[in-house]
Formats: sequence, C-alpha cells, structure tokens
Amino acid sequence: MQIAFVPQPLRAQPWGIILLLLVFTGFGVAILYSAAGGSFTPWAGLHAVRFMVFLIMALVISYMPEELFKFAALPVFVIILLMLLGVEILGQVRGGSQRWLELGFMRIQPSELMKPAIVLAVARFYSSLPPAMIRSWSAIWPLLIMMGLPAALVLLQPDLGTTITICVGAVTVAFLAGLPMRLFVGAGLAAAIAIPLAYLFLLEPYQQRRVATFLNPENDPLGSGYHITQSQIAIGSGGIDGKGFLQGSQSHLDYLPEGHTDFVFATMAEEWGLIGGIAVIFAYFLLLRWGWRLSLNAPSRFTKLLAGGLTMTIFLYAAINMMMVMGLAPVVGIPLPFLSHGGSSMLTVMICIGMLMAIDRQTKKQPQTSLSSGLLV
Amino acid sequence: MTIFGGGKKKIISAASQNITFNRRSLLIGGAQAGVGLLLAGRMTYIAVAENERYQMLSESNRVNLTLVPPRRGWIIDRNGKPIASNRADFRVDIIPDRLVNPEQTLDELALLLNLPDDEIERIRTDLEQSRGFQPVQVASGLRWEDYAAVSVRLPDLPGVAPIQGFSRQYPAGAAVGHLVGYVGVANAEEYDAEPNPLLITPGFKIGKDGLEKQFEQELRGEPGARRVEVTARGRVVRDLEKRDDVPGDPVKLTIDAELQRYAARRLGEESGSVIVMDCKNGDILCLASMPSFDPNSFSDGIGFDEYAMLREDDHVPLRNKSLVGLYPPGSTIKPMNCLAFLQAGIDPEETITCGGGTRVGNRFFRCHSNHGSVNMDKAIAQSCDTYFYKMAQRIGMDPVAAMMREHGLGEEYDLPVPNQFYGTVPDPVWLQRKYDRRWTGADTANSSIGQGYVLTNPLQLAVMTARLASGQKLVPNLLTNTRRTKHEAMQINPEHLEVVRAGMRNVVYGAGTARRARLPVENVEVAGKTGTAQVVSLSRGDGRNVPWKFRDHGLFVCFAPFDNPRYACSVVIEHGGGSGAAYPVARDVLTFLFDREKALEDIAALEAGWGGTIEERAEAKFAAFQANKAAASAGNDSSNSPDEAG
Repeated sequence: MQIAFVPQPLRAQPWGIILLLLVFTGFGVAILYSAAGGSFTPWAGLHAVRFMVFLIMALVISYMPEELFKFAALPVFVIILLMLLGVEILGQVRGGSQRWLELGFMRIQPSELMKPAIVLAVARFYSSLPPAMIRSWSAIWPLLIMMGLPAALVLLQPDLGTTITICVGAVTVAFLAGLPMRLFVGAGLAAAIAIPLAYLFLLEPYQQRRVATFLNPENDPLGSGYHITQSQIAIGSGGIDGKGFLQGSQSHLDYLPEGHTDFVFATMAEEWGLIGGIAVIFAYFLLLRWGWRLSLNAPSRFTKLLAGGLTMTIFLYAAINMMMVMGLAPVVGIPLPFLSHGGSSMLTVMICIGMLMAIDRQTKKQPQTSLSSGLLV
Repeated sequence: MTIFGGGKKKIISAASQNITFNRRSLLIGGAQAGVGLLLAGRMTYIAVAENERYQMLSESNRVNLTLVPPRRGWIIDRNGKPIASNRADFRVDIIPDRLVNPEQTLDELALLLNLPDDEIERIRTDLEQSRGFQPVQVASGLRWEDYAAVSVRLPDLPGVAPIQGFSRQYPAGAAVGHLVGYVGVANAEEYDAEPNPLLITPGFKIGKDGLEKQFEQELRGEPGARRVEVTARGRVVRDLEKRDDVPGDPVKLTIDAELQRYAARRLGEESGSVIVMDCKNGDILCLASMPSFDPNSFSDGIGFDEYAMLREDDHVPLRNKSLVGLYPPGSTIKPMNCLAFLQAGIDPEETITCGGGTRVGNRFFRCHSNHGSVNMDKAIAQSCDTYFYKMAQRIGMDPVAAMMREHGLGEEYDLPVPNQFYGTVPDPVWLQRKYDRRWTGADTANSSIGQGYVLTNPLQLAVMTARLASGQKLVPNLLTNTRRTKHEAMQINPEHLEVVRAGMRNVVYGAGTARRARLPVENVEVAGKTGTAQVVSLSRGDGRNVPWKFRDHGLFVCFAPFDNPRYACSVVIEHGGGSGAAYPVARDVLTFLFDREKALEDIAALEAGWGGTIEERAEAKFAAFQANKAAASAGNDSSNSPDEAG
C-alpha cells in the first residue's frame, strides 16, 4: 500500500513492525498501570517513555549499514567482555554479587548487552569463514572461546538464565552457519550427562533449591516454591476471560511477587485470562515470524546469521520467561520483553529490533536477491 | 583439514551452505513454534482445566476468615441483677508471632497508651510465656482516642492488633471475686487440652476460676465470623461478610448480689467469710469471702505488682475462705452435740457441776469459766465446756460423730465450684486409720467442744445451722435452674430440736454469750451460737493479746426469725480474737435481710472508720505497696552502691 502524499522518509519506515511493537508495549503499559493499583507511577509511565526513547534508538540503528555492524562486531564484543570482567572484579572487591556498572546517568548490565553482542560476534566470525573450512577445527575453537569467556563470567555472577541465553544464542548462529549436525547431537548427549553433574557441583545452593523447587513446587509452598505457586494461582484463577482490568487480587494484594517484572505475564493473565495469554503468544509469533523472514531473505550470509541469532535471542527471553511463569522451567530471573518493567532488558531487546530493522532496510534496497531465497514462510 | 575425516567428503560451497541455512532455520523456527504451542497448551490447561482449583486457591489467599469472639453469657443473681456482664471495650493485643521488633514495638505502645512500668513488665512476661500465635493483651478499656492512635500507626507496628470487642465486667468487684472467679486469655495448656481456634482468637477469654470456669461451656456461646480481604502481609483491605455471634447462655445463681456485696463490705478489714442460706430450700444467698481480689483487674490481665501484693498478703486474698478455709468449729457445734446427747437419752434438765473444768483420764480439761450448776440450756447459752466434756464421755464419740455427719459436716457438697475442702469428722475408726492410734477420752473431750481433730469449712457450718433450724436435711444450692432436691426430714425428734433452738435463743436473749447480737428489727428474733477456735495452745497466750496470726478465730452461727426460721448464717473471722468479732457481722447481715435501709446506714459509718469502701481501700493499699516497693528498691540501691564503688 503506497500513499502518494506521505513523504518518502516516513514511507521508508517498517510500519508493520512498529505498529506491532506499539500495540504490544501499549498492552504492557496497561498491565503495569494495573499492577501499580491503577496508577501510571511508578512503572507504567516510565515504561512508555523508555519504550519511545528506545524505539527512536532502534530506528537510528536501522539506518546503519551492514559494513558498520561487521566492522564493530568484534570490538564491541571485546568491550562488553571487559565490562563483564570489570563487574566481576568490582563485585569481588565490594563483596557480594553485582551485575551492573553505575555510569552516573544509567546503570548498565553488561550481561544483558552481551546477548546481542555474542550473536553479532559469532555471526561475524562464521560469515568470514570460507565455506570449505566449516567442517574443520578452525570453525569450532573460536566459537568455544567466544562463547565460553562471557558464559563463564556471567555464571560467576551468578546468573544462570543469562548464561543459558548467551550460549544458546551463540550455538544457534553456529548451527545456522552449518557446523556438522553430529557435533550438536554429540553436544546434546554430553549435556544430558553434564547437566546433573553441573547441578551438583557448579550451581550455588540457592540455584539448586530453585531447580528442586521447580521440579516440585508444592514441597516448599512458602519458601522458594512461593513464586511459582502464586504465579500459577494467578494464571489459573484468571480462567478464559480473566478477572477484568484492575480486578486481579493476586497482584493487587501482593500475593504475586515481582508482578511488574519477571512475573508480569501472571499479572496480565489474571486480569485478561487465556485470551490475553494467547494474544501475547501470538504477538511473539508475529515478531519472530518477521525475524525469520528477514533472516531467510537477508542479502548476505552475515545478515542471515545475524537475523537468525537475534530472533533466537528475543525468542529465548519470551520462551524462558513464560515457561518459568507457567511452571515449566525453574525461576531464573528473565524478564518478558515489551511487558516487564526494566530498562536493561528493554534496551537489549530494542537493540536487537534495531539491528533487525537495519537488515530489513538493506534487504529492501536489493530486491533482486530476495527472490532467490524468499520462497519460504 | 576436516575433523571427521573417516566419512565421505562433503563438498561445501556458498550455495550448499545457503540450503543448510534454510533447512536449519526452518528447523529452529519449527521448534520455536512448538514451544509456542506448548506454552499455549500449558496455559489453556492451567486456566481452563485447573481453573476451579486455582480460583479456590486465589480466594483462600484473598479472603481471610476471622472469628469474632462471642459475647459471654451473663451471670445473674436470684433477682436477675448482673454479677458478671459485658461492656463494649477498645483493646490492643499483640500477636507475638508477627512481631518484628518487640522492644521497639513495646516502647512505642507504652508511649502511645501511657502504660505504667509494671504493666510493661507484665506484658513482657506474658510475651515470654505465650506461644507465638496466642494474643497477649497490651491494654483494655481504652479511650477511643488511644485506640485510634494505635490503629492509624498499624503499618509501622506489625504484630499489634487493636480490637473492638467486649470485656467482662463485675459490678460488685472484689465482693464476688472468689465466687465467680475471673476470665483470661487461654494459656498454652488450655489450648492443648482444647485445640479450638476460638481459644487463640484475639479478644477471646475463657473462665479461669470459680463459676466462670465451671460454666465455661454454657457461658461461652458461638463465635461470629468476619470475612475480610487481606493483602499478603495481612493488612485488611475491606470487609466482605459478617456473621453475628450467638451470645452465651446466662447462668442464674441463688445468690442475692446485694446481700453478697453488703456482707463483703461488712467484713471490712477482717479476713473472713459470711454465708447465708435459705432454710426453706437450701439456696445459698451469700457466699462472701474477704479480703478478695477484684475479678475486673484479673480479667484485664492483672499487673505484676498488683498480683505480687495479693500473693504476699497474710490475709490470703487469693483463697476462697468460704469453701477451702478449714477451721476448728469450736463451740458452734455445741447445739448439735446436744442433739446427740438427747438422742442418747440424756435429760435436758440434768445438771452437772462446772468447777472451771473437769478431769478426763489423767488430764484436766479447763472450761473458760466457772459455771457452777449447768443444765443443757445453760450449757448452750453460756457455752460451758465442762458440760460437754462430761456428757460426751458418757455417750462416747460415735453418736456425736454420727450427729455431725447428719448435719452435713465432713461432707463435700455437689456444688459447681472448682474446689472444696471438706474437713474432718473424727471418730475412733478414722483415728486408727489416719494416725494408727487408739481413740481416748481426751479425744472425745476435745471433739465435744469443736477442737482437736474437728475441722469444718464455713459453708458446712451454715448447712449445719440450716438443718438444725429447719429439721430438714437441706442441701446447699448455687443455681436456680437446677432442680432442687426434695429434702427429707432429719431423723431427729422434733422435741429435741425445740430444746436446742431454745438454748440458742438464750445465747442472744438469755444470759448468753452474744447478747449484743439482737437484731434492731421489730418482731424478728435471732438464735445463734458463738464459737472461738484456738489457733495456738493457750500456753502461748490468751488468744487475744498476741500477734494477729496467733489470735483465735471468731465464729458465729445463727438463724432467724426464731419462731419460723428463714435464714441461716455462719460467720468466720480469721484471727478475730474470739466470737466477739463474728456475731456483730452476722447481726448486721441478718439486719440487711430484714431492713436494708437500716443496715446500709450503719455500714456507711463503719466504712468511714476503716478508710473508705472496698475499692478505695484496695487502691490506697496498692499505692502504699508500690511506694513501699519503690522505697525498698531505692534502699537496696543505696546500700549496694558502696559495694560497687569498693
């Protein structure tokens, strides 16, 4: 649909995805408005403002050329890796776990920024690797280093959820790049053996408790199982059409912990019911479908890998969060994009969106290549 | 070089990589769609299939059911006047479990409510002793302003519960303390014995002593309920629904509350008991025991100092002397013993000679006077001991003991009271069993004048007198709604009773020992018998001019009117120094029954002499006790300080 009198720069924007995100985040604002007991403070108003700021940032990113991403990929990765190291050292010095750097005007959580950065770096690496070398050692050890260093640092924080997201993001790009399938099958088997061992020797006691609680939340209904139990009560009591806007008792009477951050889906589901939940899942479906279409139609190997990896990163946020909230995964502290209140995660997700928009823009500039691969979805 | 060298070599080109990419991205996309479907399915399961269960859980989170303590049934007297009632009350409790910072909370409450130091001490002790979930009372009977002051600060005072409820009120105060007992918060043992959630509901109290304890189930009633919406931290958001309580049933006593109060006042500074029984049916009209505790302050959670004062008092205000005080009845049992003599065939006109005593075995038993020639009438009127020594020797102990039992001595009555001491009616069999000793003539002599092993409580003396006056085997009642048992006549010749009653009349109207016991009421004559019970042997003094706790007990039993007995009364004054302390009390109490205005005029004058009403004197005494304690502790401090310095 072309409207003649709309100026070119406005017509050039990816309106479809912007509209989707506006509606989605608007819904988030409504949920946070209700979670605060019918008030724009302290969460809903800030959430809306942040989103607008980050949306503009994403649009700015979308004008950056592919070459800039390629050029910046490794330096950015190294800088964020150093920030992670800095956080770790600060934490050691001050005692206790620390996850953010205080920059004066805002707090930066480097582990969040690492999520797109690792995808960028790994995509950069595989795009420059000659096709013939994809089945050689040279295709594997750089991945292990690029993935292993930040994963180890984040695990030390300790932040299991983010560690998993970083690893899965990197591995996804490697998988898409065409590493031999046998490697993944083998790694899968190894993980099946290693995970119980990791549970016993690597996880902190509080993380072990979370996993144990996840497997049987009723064991400890007032301790660590409280989050999962109350969250499921909120979702389950919402029924098909929910208790109504501003009518959720679990969230308003403080039974649901973290109802505006990690458990915002439960806050939503209590008031909007199954209908609201399916709508949220469908919104993610639209967003991810957009991501995969971009990936399939992208003009270069780098942009294909990048788009796939970023789409996976967004997917991981949403999937892990919703699985946790519904009792399908342990409580790992991952927010739900566009709905959860929180600056760092929104910044990360909007960086991903900005890069995806940039790929979109570049794809549209070269329509001739899209025919060759745009056959699917 | 390739990693997996063994297999056939794959030719890898940009084009084949692109195909791999497409295939694998489809795989991942498919897996993601699968996760999406899994989430949608899971959510559908939770929200649809398990909806009912989770809705219930959500409701049980949101809604909190609190019990509303039922209003306790009243205890009323025979005329329907309240002895124990309820009054609307603003209270503040603490739920120890929910306290976050006990010291700070207590300090703040002390400031808000102006709590005195000994109250804070009491709250601390209660907090230590309570189980975490049981409320501890901080203060009751608050003004609305204080109640509101605590209520608005609730968010900063976790564990503090202001309650608007009812508290127990005893209009007659100390006068009914021993009779009705008191109420209080259930303690840990009581909750274990009856694990009813009502018992740990803030504001609920159970009977702890006396009738309040005996009639707990009747008085308790059914709790109401209040459904409220609460937050996870327990703050009440709003009321949802309310069910009213069902008040407990009233308990109607045979007691005449005004008489009871009068008797308690008339006992004044003495330590003693007054009992009045109805000679027609055995109703107990008055069961007073003084000094006593004020059940109002006990039910509010008594202060540490106040309790210490009661415990240390040598007049034992914590003991119900009417039922658990045991005293040698002394001469008050002489008329009854005369019935035994008459039944054994002794002629009432037969005289003996009192020469100031008589020899029994190898011991000389003294009489308090030299009465000369004494017949039965004179023996009763002037309380000649020699007559009883001699006559009892003649007929032996067994018929005397049988007569005592016929009059209800040594008996535990079927009364709704927590405790009765029933005393001793001694006889040879009993002595052999108890002390493994043969009964001797000296034992008979002692028993014949109500000393030695004979022990009775004041109620038994009243029952004895009522039976003697009525000729019926009256059984004491405390409740009007229990069916009064039909009383059988005693197996005693009515003529014998006439003789003995005439002797008792002469105690007052003849040349007797209590001539000043006459009632200032026209046409009502009183008949009675004095008694003096030795506390220590006469060798330690005469029982009068010795320290209070060695003085003789004074007793008096009587009935009136003489010609048609209606009321029987017993008065025991501990360490009263003789019956002279007892019969004026009995006289005034009987006067109250026949002419209230006259009696009330006299009591006002008496109380002015004692230093005020019961309440005023108790207050003054408490103030003195506290001042004393403060002075003592100040004294200790000053005597200690040199040691510390050295």
